[in-house]
Amino acid sequence: MALKRYVVACFDDEEVLFPAVKKVRNAGYKIQDVYTPFPVHGLDHALGMRETSLHTAGFIYGLTGTITALTGMGWVFTQDWPMNIGGKPNFALPAFIPIIFELTVLFAAVGMFFTFCYLCQLAPFIKKHHFHLRATDDLFVMAIECTDRTNVEDLKGFMQNAGAVEVNYQVAESGWWFGRYDKQQNLYAEPNVIG
Amino acid sequence: MHLKYESQIREPLVNGNKDYHQVTEDIIRPIEVKPSRLWYIGFSISVALLLFGIYSVYRDVTYGIGQWNLNKTIGWGWDITNFVWWVGIGHAGTLISAILLLFRQGWRTGVNRAAEAMTIFAVMCAGQFPIFHMGRVWLAFFIFPYPNTRGPVWVNFDSPLLWDVFAISTYFTVSLLFWYSGLIPDLATVRDRAKTKFRKFFYGTLSFGWTGSTKHWQRHEALSLVLAGLATPLVLSVHTIVSFDFATSVIPGWHTTIFPPYFVAGAIFSGFAMVQTLLIVVRKVLNLQEYITIGHMEAMNKVIVLTGSIVGCAYLTELFMAWYSKNDYEGYAFFYSRANIFSPYGWSYWGMMFCNVVSPQVFWFRKLRRNVAFTFFMSVIVNVGMWFERFVIIVTSIYRDYLPSSWSYYYSPSIWEIGFYLGTFGLFFTCFFLFAKYFPTIAVTEIKYILKVSGESYKDKMDVVENKKAEEFAHDYAH
Repeated sequence: MALKRYVVACFDDEEVLFPAVKKVRNAGYKIQDVYTPFPVHGLDHALGMRETSLHTAGFIYGLTGTITALTGMGWVFTQDWPMNIGGKPNFALPAFIPIIFELTVLFAAVGMFFTFCYLCQLAPFIKKHHFHLRATDDLFVMAIECTDRTNVEDLKGFMQNAGAVEVNYQVAESGWWFGRYDKQQNLYAEPNVIG
Repeated sequence: MHLKYESQIREPLVNGNKDYHQVTEDIIRPIEVKPSRLWYIGFSISVALLLFGIYSVYRDVTYGIGQWNLNKTIGWGWDITNFVWWVGIGHAGTLISAILLLFRQGWRTGVNRAAEAMTIFAVMCAGQFPIFHMGRVWLAFFIFPYPNTRGPVWVNFDSPLLWDVFAISTYFTVSLLFWYSGLIPDLATVRDRAKTKFRKFFYGTLSFGWTGSTKHWQRHEALSLVLAGLATPLVLSVHTIVSFDFATSVIPGWHTTIFPPYFVAGAIFSGFAMVQTLLIVVRKVLNLQEYITIGHMEAMNKVIVLTGSIVGCAYLTELFMAWYSKNDYEGYAFFYSRANIFSPYGWSYWGMMFCNVVSPQVFWFRKLRRNVAFTFFMSVIVNVGMWFERFVIIVTSIYRDYLPSSWSYYYSPSIWEIGFYLGTFGLFFTCFFLFAKYFPTIAVTEIKYILKVSGESYKDKMDVVENKKAEEFAHDYAH
């Protein structure tokens, strides 16, 4: 777990935030993340994030549910214990539809929820660094990663000009409770660079 | 940067001059202060009802359900009536949170969180009835298909009662996940405002370490959208399958293809009435009139008049088909057992007709749709009517079946049947009181999300902008 240095700029309006994001990225700084109290549409694109593939995962989970239900019921009623129920054929597809549908939905929903929690590293008792407590209230908090070539004072001034209402400097631990979240990002692995 | 623009003609969804912080304050405040006296009184009554219900159920388990006044002919009475009633009530929550999300109805944001909570509690109550109706409740796990040592003897996958098991349990799980995933960011807001150690720990645990990162929001949006997409057909399927419990049988009055849409409409109808009942109290007690506005209530009353009319149309269609089919048994069920006011259960049929078909028509009048006290009164009437509907469907169809020698003339519930029903009210309101005290009753993040297009102050501000020349305005605010 490496310590990384951040300049944290807080904005109180998303209409100021968007031009600021553009400016910071044009100036070549690396935005680690922007923490917002509610989903700001278009911010993910402004930050250059790719689309999430959570939908695809949901589709695969749903398909798993469909296949599980179909093969499970088919196996039970044709192989394991065939029963004559009201003269229906053993493989009574129309009668299977409700359960097939329910299991599709169940698998997709449960699978997606836990995938979401895994990807976002959300779980009870997890500890994360919070850059600003008001990020869940009314501030849009931008964390900009500093490298050893970054002039922190310059960057602070730059952020103030970009419309930030509050700018500070923080050292935070990167990496999370389980799994590695930020593998591709070049870790700044120098624990004692505070200053 | 204007991401979305909403016309000024639309009524604001958030009244008052609010900013983001004010929204947080208003909605989270009730969690952080001691509950009012009214809360304690309501909570005590609910717990008392719950205890009475637990005692009734304890007697059911000890002495068997023979202590209910069911008999061989009327094998389903209050229990299944209450089951269908509670499941139906649950449907409005999913409708508000899922279907209205897909339809991009902004007003859902004010009411969806409480409505979803209502769904979950209502489904919990509903589940009790079939489980205890089994009699030997300790063998309830037999309803799940698992490789067992009894053969293995599997459950009957062709039976609508088993479909119900899958439908209700899936519905409960998906509603719970949908509700909770939406709640995570709001719980994080409570956590970050917490002053006491306990509250920090409690909400810190429940909020799963949410930070509000843009990437997380992006995934959160994707998750809610897909869950909404899944919940929409799910909610329709659940009451469809509940109606299959009746429709796939050969009992006159049940054996009709109209049942699925008719049940779904009825479910939404009663569910919205229950949302009204709860929210009219919540907005008053927690002082949230600026978020759950008269406009919200009017919108819900419109849904009530629509679904009430669909239900009324279904009643008339049933009557018509009973006559037009020239089927003696259908005709007897409808024109003797139900529509004849002098028959033993005629009163329940006409009570249902009055509460569900006639009375909601008053909501065609705008004045009445926007009247809080009247809406509250009507919401109770509608739920009484919907209870009658299920009672009529179940009891009037089976108390006189094909074999006159097994006719059972009169069925009235025993005190323990009533106690069980009251107990589920206790469960429902106990859960709801705890929810209203310890969780944000309104989706804080979603209110913030719509604040800049639907808030009153922003509407006023944009009025000036809109009065500029049309071309200029279109140029500035085009998507």
